[in-house]
Amino acid sequence: MAGKRAFQQIGRSPRKVDGLAKCAGATKFADDLVLPRMLIARLHRSSLAHGRIVSIDVSAAEKVPGVKAILLGRDLPTPFGILPVSEDEHALALDRVRFVGDPVAAVAAIDEDAACEAANAIRVEYEPLPAVYGPEEALAMPEPRIHDYGEEGNIHKKVALEFGDLEAGFQEAEETFEDTFFFGGNTHLPMEQHAALAAVELDGRVTIWSSTQTPHYLHRAAAKVLGLPASRIRVIACPNGGGFGGKSDPFNHEIVVAKLALATGRPVKITLTREEVFYCHRGRHPVLMRVRTGVRKDGSITAMHFKSLLDGGAYGSYGVASTYYTGALQTVTYRVPRYKFDGVRCFTNKPPCGPKRGHGTPQPRFALEVQLDKIAERLHLDPAEMRLATLQPGNSLTANFLRIGSMGLGECIRRVVEGSGWKEKFRKLPRGRGVGIACSSYICGAGLPIYWNAMPQTGVLLKIDRGGGVCVFCGETEIGQGSDTVLAQCIAEILGLDLLDIRVVAGDTDLTPVDLGSYSSRVTLMMGNAAIQAAGRAKDLLANAVSEKTGIPVSRLLFAGGRVFDGEDPSKGVSFPEAAVLAEAKCGTIATTGSYTPPPSAGRYRGAGVGPSPAYSYSAAVVEVEASEETGIVVPRKVWIAHDIGQAIHRTMAIGQVEGSVYMALGEALMEDMAYRGSRFGVHKFPSMLEYKSPTTMEMPDVETYLVEDPDPAGPFGAKEVGQGPLLPVIPAVANAIHDALRVRIDEVPITPAKVLKALSAKDRRFGPTSFPDIPMPPVTRVATPAEGGTGRALEHETAAGGVRGGSRP
Amino acid sequence: MMRLPPFLYLAPRSVREALSMIAGEGPQASFVAGGTDLYPNMKRRHQTPKTLVALRRLRELRGVRRLPGGGLRIGPMATLTSLEAEAPVRRDRPALFDAIRSISTPILRNMGTIGGNLLLDTRCNYYDQSYEWRRAINFCMKCEGETCWVAPGSERCLAVQSSDSAPILCALGARVRLKGPRSEREIPLEDLYQEDGIRYLKKEPDELLSDILLPPVDGVRASYKKLRRREAFDFPVLGVGAALRFEGETVREARIFLGAVSSSPVRATEAEALLVGKALTDESIAAAADRAYSVARPLDNTDFEYAWRKKMARVFVRDALHAVRSPAEGREADRRRDPA
Ligand SMILES: Cc1cc2nc3c(=O)[nH]c(=O)nc-3n(C[C@H](O)[C@H](O)[C@H](O)COP(=O)(O)OP(=O)(O)OC[C@H]3O[C@@H](n4cnc5c(N)ncnc54)[C@H](O)[C@@H]3O)c2cc1C
Ligand code: SF4
Repeated sequence: MAGKRAFQQIGRSPRKVDGLAKCAGATKFADDLVLPRMLIARLHRSSLAHGRIVSIDVSAAEKVPGVKAILLGRDLPTPFGILPVSEDEHALALDRVRFVGDPVAAVAAIDEDAACEAANAIRVEYEPLPAVYGPEEALAMPEPRIHDYGEEGNIHKKVALEFGDLEAGFQEAEETFEDTFFFGGNTHLPMEQHAALAAVELDGRVTIWSSTQTPHYLHRAAAKVLGLPASRIRVIACPNGGGFGGKSDPFNHEIVVAKLALATGRPVKITLTREEVFYCHRGRHPVLMRVRTGVRKDGSITAMHFKSLLDGGAYGSYGVASTYYTGALQTVTYRVPRYKFDGVRCFTNKPPCGPKRGHGTPQPRFALEVQLDKIAERLHLDPAEMRLATLQPGNSLTANFLRIGSMGLGECIRRVVEGSGWKEKFRKLPRGRGVGIACSSYICGAGLPIYWNAMPQTGVLLKIDRGGGVCVFCGETEIGQGSDTVLAQCIAEILGLDLLDIRVVAGDTDLTPVDLGSYSSRVTLMMGNAAIQAAGRAKDLLANAVSEKTGIPVSRLLFAGGRVFDGEDPSKGVSFPEAAVLAEAKCGTIATTGSYTPPPSAGRYRGAGVGPSPAYSYSAAVVEVEASEETGIVVPRKVWIAHDIGQAIHRTMAIGQVEGSVYMALGEALMEDMAYRGSRFGVHKFPSMLEYKSPTTMEMPDVETYLVEDPDPAGPFGAKEVGQGPLLPVIPAVANAIHDALRVRIDEVPITPAKVLKALSAKDRRFGPTSFPDIPMPPVTRVATPAEGGTGRALEHETAAGGVRGGSRP
Repeated sequence: MMRLPPFLYLAPRSVREALSMIAGEGPQASFVAGGTDLYPNMKRRHQTPKTLVALRRLRELRGVRRLPGGGLRIGPMATLTSLEAEAPVRRDRPALFDAIRSISTPILRNMGTIGGNLLLDTRCNYYDQSYEWRRAINFCMKCEGETCWVAPGSERCLAVQSSDSAPILCALGARVRLKGPRSEREIPLEDLYQEDGIRYLKKEPDELLSDILLPPVDGVRASYKKLRRREAFDFPVLGVGAALRFEGETVREARIFLGAVSSSPVRATEAEALLVGKALTDESIAAAADRAYSVARPLDNTDFEYAWRKKMARVFVRDALHAVRSPAEGREADRRRDPA
């Protein structure tokens, strides 16, 4: 399907379908919506990190003029949460608060001032409970438990998986490396603060407009918590002013405004303050990692044991998946014939962590790629050459049963090596200047949905009207990444139309078929395939009708330039609107659908649900830095990054995603830090955009982007993801470049000037964690690798492992 | 909550009217200049003045005027942006220009005034937080609470003097004129400040800052070096203003002030003494930098690790002095310190 044929739309850079509105300020974000008689809501949030609610006094709040309703936890007692295995959240705290910022009560009032005043007038009496602020503390303090579910004490989840005979692998090694790394937590920092508006129709049906990346999951959660049939709730995802994973959980405030609208009969809107966005969080988990890797003298890996300890924050969120993700993708870049993973996630009294761009994989990728740099150094190998020599081949199965399709990492490495002048620079630049290289891979959509079901992950509905206009409906959500445009481009390509002929209706649970949401880099691949199917079906209807009328055989008909014509004599044919009329006359109303279900995963062991994807993207980056020996200040000078995207659908947007990923990665590498004051009530240190340091344009270096296009048979037109993957290699490449510049190892991000100075004066010229706690692990799930003749099932407990637990498919 | 509390806004047309308004409104009133510091503070409920006496219309408080004898009078209501364009600043006092230019962003400098910058509230990341955030720590000594969370044993608030123009204007020997409803006085700028994060100004609330006066340049060469995380937005977490008066090669007078390491600009007197009476050599610079380092006592209430900030004091004082010796040397030092 994806040969080297010339495309009309694909691979070009037409104006984004929402581009003009964005430039003109005409896009309606959730906070821009205003309805008559609308009330404004505010949340009263916990000022205690951990405690039991003794009493709540709303008498003063009720007296504030303009207050129309006040809600407490008991008004919305049903728990919810994004993963069915960890539905541990309440719209408003029932009897417990678990972090500073946990919502306790909600107020609706006639304006924001009244709502603020009333929210502040609510008095809550707590019985304080001991709190923990890091996973080591959580391990040391099993009681009181933050939640009464999970593994034990304050441990939420443990995972132990072993693929192949690990000890035999280490026996084969000529050298063994063991390193400890820490990746500090950071947050998404979207420009748009979360906002939601709810309104009730006269017949009692509720509509929720929200800045959400996952309207379908919000729909499910709202139905559950509000106790209404899903058919009476409509969720409309407004265009998001940035998401990055920060708007992919169902949130308290979304459910609260719906309840307040039901309670008052008036529309109710809430817009979070920037501080509250820090409390919603569900961003990057802080992860402590221990990596033991056996290698031969040529740098090839014989075995790897990867341990991760995640600081989960106060709720489950996507945490179980995040835990698996810290161990899932180590095997897809370089050959790792035997592999063991131990992952542990703890609950702590901080805002919950979850998915942020790269979900659970930037942390292990940092560890792995920095360790490879150390390995190359010790073995006197060029780190780029070493990586090239050990690549996981395309069309293969990894030790943990991930099915690799197209694999362009080799080409990515060659492009950045050449573009950056790596050979002339590495180990050759003057002191204080250095280059570093690192690589990565990412999924193009998770193989499994969040909740178990046998339905497609995405659907597209396409309707053609008599004037030739095409309206396409899909539950996908535009979060700035360009999914509306990609959808229109896919349809336009097949039907030979201009983007202006296509109207996109997205993210509306009443109008559009389900798409699971804009997360896990799934939209282009999955929605794109569904769009191709829907458009293909429509094309067949039109082609048959045109053929019948004109006598041109269907096989010769082409759709291009708004016409349907004979490929052998383009002058013969009809306009697209004429074709639409012919088809409607022949078949009745023209509407088609398309849908997409990912292929089943090869792994059948418990936990095999996280990692499989229809395709994997690959990236390689070289970063050049200058670093001051005197101050430890590190400045990235230039980034060369190559990304194996399979096929760019929209070239400029793809490059934008790469550059945006580089920008975000540099912030994570050098500045961003979700820091809390454990000794001072557990408050977030600086929940503001002034003091939570993230780079500005002033800090952004030049970026040279190379798109590597080797179409993947699983992707629409051969396309793979680009939204998340390119973030991954940049962070370790910065650390490796600092080593080249100053010969110090910083095994911890963010890499601050103080850490660099400490490493410079340390005996081992290193800064980073040294110990990893001993955590008793459950019996390991052993799986024989494909090379050992494994079937993908666990060796012991065959039947149990084949069951539905842990997300694996029966 | 980030909403302004309600207040009465008065817009006097003369300094005299402003003074009588503030006297009439009593302690619940406050002056406002550009509002870039005051309004955010009001949104956080640090200050909730019932009345604001706005100084925007007072022409007498604007502009830059050369004084007979080569001195300069800067009106406190001159916006930071307007000062960037003034030759007596840009050309004659490049160190002051650098300091002003380093403040926040162009947008803020369009609104913010030099007077407001000198009178800026002290900062602390236990204090520059919303009302709700501060409720979670039971507030602190500076506002509504009892304890200083930076140093719970401390008798006083240790919030940080964070103005970029204060250290360099102190170093340049600026004086300020204050007009109250009943009296008027002129004092050295450095005497306006005191080591107390709450009462950081020796100024009555009803006293108006009416003039900033600078002596003639007269053989003085100066520099300002600022440490901050990013090239835009960020407040200084260390600012070094150095002004040396030369006769030929010999340093006759030295004034070095450190900003953002204490509740007032801190004068490095002993370091200054090491420079006077001799040429500015690498050795004397290094010795002065070492000595200045000891007066910097940053605490854990701003950006960056405070131990590292303290280390940086030595580097920044040294580089400020190199920049005084020659701008080219200063640029070279800047690059060594921070490759950006
Ligand atoms: C995001 C941000 C970043 C910033 N970054 C920096 C920075 O990098 N460096 C820096 O130095 N500052 C910084 N500032 C602080 C500040 O806003 C500026 O320093 C500005 O110059 C203040 O001037 P203003 O006119 O807005 O003062 P206002 O907010 O109007 O006033 C400040 C105080 O001075 C009083 N006041 C003002 N004028 C007079 C007068 N003539 N007589 C008596 N009292 C008076 C007011 O009552 C008030 O208490 C930053 C502020 C923000 C919001
Ligand atoms: S230094 Fe202490 S008293 Fe002053 S603002 Fe900070 S915490 Fe409050």
